[in-house]
Amino acid sequence: MQRSSILFWAGAVIFLAVVFFMTQSLRNEYPFFAGYVILQFIVLSVAWTILGGYAGYVNFGTNAFFGVGVYTAVLLFKALGAPLGIQILAAAVVGGLLGLGVGLLTLRMRGIFFSIATIALAIVIETAITNWRFVGGAAGIQLQRPPVMPPFDSYVKMLFFVQALMVVIAIAITRFIQNSRIGRGLHALRDDELAAECTGVPTLRLKLLACVISGALISAGGAPAAMYLQFANPDSAFNLNYSVSVLAMSLIGGTAHWIGPVLGAILLGSTQQLLAVTISSEVNVLVLGLMLVLFVVAAPKGIIGLVGRLTGKGGHA
Amino acid sequence: MTASSPEAPLLRIDAVTKNFGGFVALDNINVEIRKGERFGLIGPNGSGKTTLVNCISGALRPNKGAVLFGGEDITLLAANQRSHSGIARSFQIPRPFRSMTVLENLMVALDFAARRELLETETHRRDAAMSILTRIGLASKALVATTTLTQVELRKMELARAMATGPKLLISDEAMAGLSASEVDEVLDLLMSLGGEDVAVIMIEHIMQAVMRFSERVMCLDAGRIIAIGTPAEVMANARVQEAYLGS
Repeated sequence: MQRSSILFWAGAVIFLAVVFFMTQSLRNEYPFFAGYVILQFIVLSVAWTILGGYAGYVNFGTNAFFGVGVYTAVLLFKALGAPLGIQILAAAVVGGLLGLGVGLLTLRMRGIFFSIATIALAIVIETAITNWRFVGGAAGIQLQRPPVMPPFDSYVKMLFFVQALMVVIAIAITRFIQNSRIGRGLHALRDDELAAECTGVPTLRLKLLACVISGALISAGGAPAAMYLQFANPDSAFNLNYSVSVLAMSLIGGTAHWIGPVLGAILLGSTQQLLAVTISSEVNVLVLGLMLVLFVVAAPKGIIGLVGRLTGKGGHA
Repeated sequence: MTASSPEAPLLRIDAVTKNFGGFVALDNINVEIRKGERFGLIGPNGSGKTTLVNCISGALRPNKGAVLFGGEDITLLAANQRSHSGIARSFQIPRPFRSMTVLENLMVALDFAARRELLETETHRRDAAMSILTRIGLASKALVATTTLTQVELRKMELARAMATGPKLLISDEAMAGLSASEVDEVLDLLMSLGGEDVAVIMIEHIMQAVMRFSERVMCLDAGRIIAIGTPAEVMANARVQEAYLGS
């Protein structure tokens, strides 16, 4: 194993150990309640970056994948009483299939047209769910959490740990893609799809792969939200705010390296949590918009581009 | 198919027709290119040269006819599969991977190359890329971003990237357009050295001296049809070629 890999996995183990220790020692539930949202946004942003950053296909339908994750969990829980792990795995599968569909869109659409198509996709799916009585329809559905599993003493703490685990999985997958030839192929097709094809890059296969993995991870990251809120309705599960937030987090962090969306999600996610407590949750969106404008103007390559520029290494992180 | 017999042509264009709506860009083109041949493709602007190249490299599919490479029908293959079977090209307007360095541009080709026996590790691929860059004369620019290259360096980079795919057929689409006289000679010498026993080269060019010096055979297209094919001297002497270029 390379030195950077050893460092990465050591960091991951320490991170999970600290998270686990926190769930066992802290009594107050609020930090976990707020922290869960930040971890969730790390998963979503990192997963989004595979397609939106590396491959350059800006997916504006994060909310579609998120909502599909939520409702896969709802459906399985209501119909079969499936445990959390199964809910997440099933959400990943359904999200992956949806990703495959979105991937086929890339055959005919790129740039802004692709982005618009992904928004349309979200609306179509939301409308379908809204009209599906079994999962609650437009009014939404109340969910009764099952008893928490030891060693955890509260369900929110357990969800916090599960989401931390997914952060590690999402980053590990994204990091693998970035360091393998898949990553180089995605960058090549982002720069110039025809030139990539003529240089031997199987662009369609790579785009489908990126869509499936990105979609599966976003849906998996969204699945526990049903149990977290103990409630799901189409309006919130398919809220466009997820798309906007994830896009902003990834771009503000920088999409050239997996650390970018992680930093962006931590920065924006904690700012949002802070604002929600101190001022109001509606100010969130305003601050998000302002920060996005600020970064697009002052640091188009995000935080990692900014750091690279300051340390004189250019944009090649 | 007799892919291995020495007489079989490397590339066979069999009655290829391509139209864009009502406009016929290529009209029943038949031509064969031998292994290792240096082949010049000329014709006035809009005569279908680049369309033909696009049909060969897979950027476009012909409406009628077939493209055979090494005895196999590749008409329906995607461009990346054609690259793997040995067709490489440069573009009329250079299309580098802009976010990458020169070396990384070549690494893309080597990462996805069909024959990977000698390219197992990243180090092997890096060495292979460097040796191609040295051959092309771009070694000093290996770690430079492609956005900072000059026009002639970009042309060379595209040829280097094409060579990195390990081609049996290299198509150079106006690699000398917009270059100075000394740069034209430089790129021409390069193309001469790249072609040879194993690599056939199709050179599209407007600079006549270059085409004449380079080609073993020349084909002239006009309005999507072949109006002359033969040795450079024959084609230059052809009345229809002169008419196409100079008017009657």
